[in-house]
Amino acid sequence: MQRRHFLKNTMATGAIALAASSGLLVPGSVLAAWNKKAFDAKDVQSALKGAIGTELTEATDKIKIKAPQIAENGAVVPITISSTLSNVKSITILSEKNGTPLIAKFNLKGKAEAFISTRIKMGKTSNIIAVCESGGKFYSARKEVKVTIGGCGG
Amino acid sequence: MAKKSSIKIRAKAKNGVVTVKALISHKMETGLRKDKKTGKVIPAHFIEEVVCEHNGVPVLEAEWGVAISKNPYLSFKFKGGKAGDTVKLSWKDNTGKSDSLETKVK
Repeated sequence: MQRRHFLKNTMATGAIALAASSGLLVPGSVLAAWNKKAFDAKDVQSALKGAIGTELTEATDKIKIKAPQIAENGAVVPITISSTLSNVKSITILSEKNGTPLIAKFNLKGKAEAFISTRIKMGKTSNIIAVCESGGKFYSARKEVKVTIGGCGG
Repeated sequence: MAKKSSIKIRAKAKNGVVTVKALISHKMETGLRKDKKTGKVIPAHFIEEVVCEHNGVPVLEAEWGVAISKNPYLSFKFKGGKAGDTVKLSWKDNTGKSDSLETKVK
């Protein structure tokens, strides 16, 4: 499967067209083109641009990031993102100071609620940025997580 | 069950909202670490996409990077589900490997 660097919307339709034309509309082929450009981006701006098509987001208090204040082990940082915004289409998670800031993008379909919980890796103390897409606009919230480096995180 | 799946999944309905919790067994190698013995870079090996379906209709499509932790955990919620519905989770990694598992909502 070829990797393509199309913008998000052309990517999605392209992937579906490809899957449909080859008669292979199986789960897993829907997102055939992994967004390499966004995930390889070294700074927050270009990662955002690659992931959601814009680097401009509006700060809001309607996104809640639940994460530990201090993470002893940067390899496993549990985080939960939830939002009271209506009709959230996607949730994107970034860690500001990671080598490649973009962590993941969750595309919520139809009935999915604005709630995602997962575990992420963080290189060092940094802000976690959560971006929610709602009504064609992008809203963001951030929260700092301190990452303890060293053997005895007490 | 002959082969053990890489996925553990549970889905529970409460007041019309289904909460799905899933654990995937995967090493999620970043491609940045070096093998201590040989000094060679361990090639990246990570899950790129996760799709979850409710009764065959996608409710979540996730694109992941290398910064999702080893043996990823994922939890999410969706409306309009009830006990007995099926929830299917599938993943695909950057080497083309994939797996999927279906479960019933409790």
